[in-house]
Amino acid sequence: MSLRTPLGRVRGLGSAKDGVAHWWAQRITAVALLPLLLWFAAALAASAGMDHAAAKEWLSNPVSAILMILLIAAGFHHAQLGLQVVIEDYVHTEWLKITSIMAVKLAAVALAVAGVFSVLKIAFGG
Amino acid sequence: MAAPNRPLSPHLQIYKPQLTSLLSICHRMTGVWLAVGALLLVGWLVAAASGPESFAKYQDFHGSWFGRLLLLGWTFCLFYHLCNGVRHLFWDVGIGFEMTTLNRSGILVVLGSGALTLIAWIWGYSSMGAF
Repeated sequence: MSLRTPLGRVRGLGSAKDGVAHWWAQRITAVALLPLLLWFAAALAASAGMDHAAAKEWLSNPVSAILMILLIAAGFHHAQLGLQVVIEDYVHTEWLKITSIMAVKLAAVALAVAGVFSVLKIAFGG
Repeated sequence: MAAPNRPLSPHLQIYKPQLTSLLSICHRMTGVWLAVGALLLVGWLVAAASGPESFAKYQDFHGSWFGRLLLLGWTFCLFYHLCNGVRHLFWDVGIGFEMTTLNRSGILVVLGSGALTLIAWIWGYSSMGAF
């Protein structure tokens, strides 16, 4: 016999009140990162030690630019979700926990935007 | 809240080290280290967008022995987290929880990430014309 109320069950949000959204986002970005990271590693290995002209040419290719932007988006989303869990597990001082999670999330957005902007600048001939 | 005066469960160092728990904490540590690496990746892209001089400075650092050592570490962390992440995805659908399978998949992850790191670096050096 379950002690959960019918309303609680139909909402499916559990005791943390946010359901499995975090868990799902972590898996979806993980699946997205599998091909993206293999492509990225292969691309870097194939052009190891490239100079600026070569890097520019590589990122000017629309396919590279799009994959790179997807990698940045999925990567930073995945990273901040993971770091959030690490902080929640090890930081037990409430104010420090909240501010650390905020700092991680804000830094992730700022860095991702900086990365995407750089790719676009190179891709559009900056 | 007053500190409860209750018996504590045995702490980590009481237990015999196991492959499963070791690989689990490694997944976390490589994940955190990869987040630091993401910072470097953005730095690299910003340097590339800023022009040839800043990009050359960046490439010089990563071409130094220390830079290469860091990159080698990151390559292994990346492939380890990737391979063990696939292991996690199998667990998510309920596959691979038997003790023998767990140990076997764990060893496979370590060997696989080592092999992928080796392949990536041999590939990288050969594209620089080292061989």
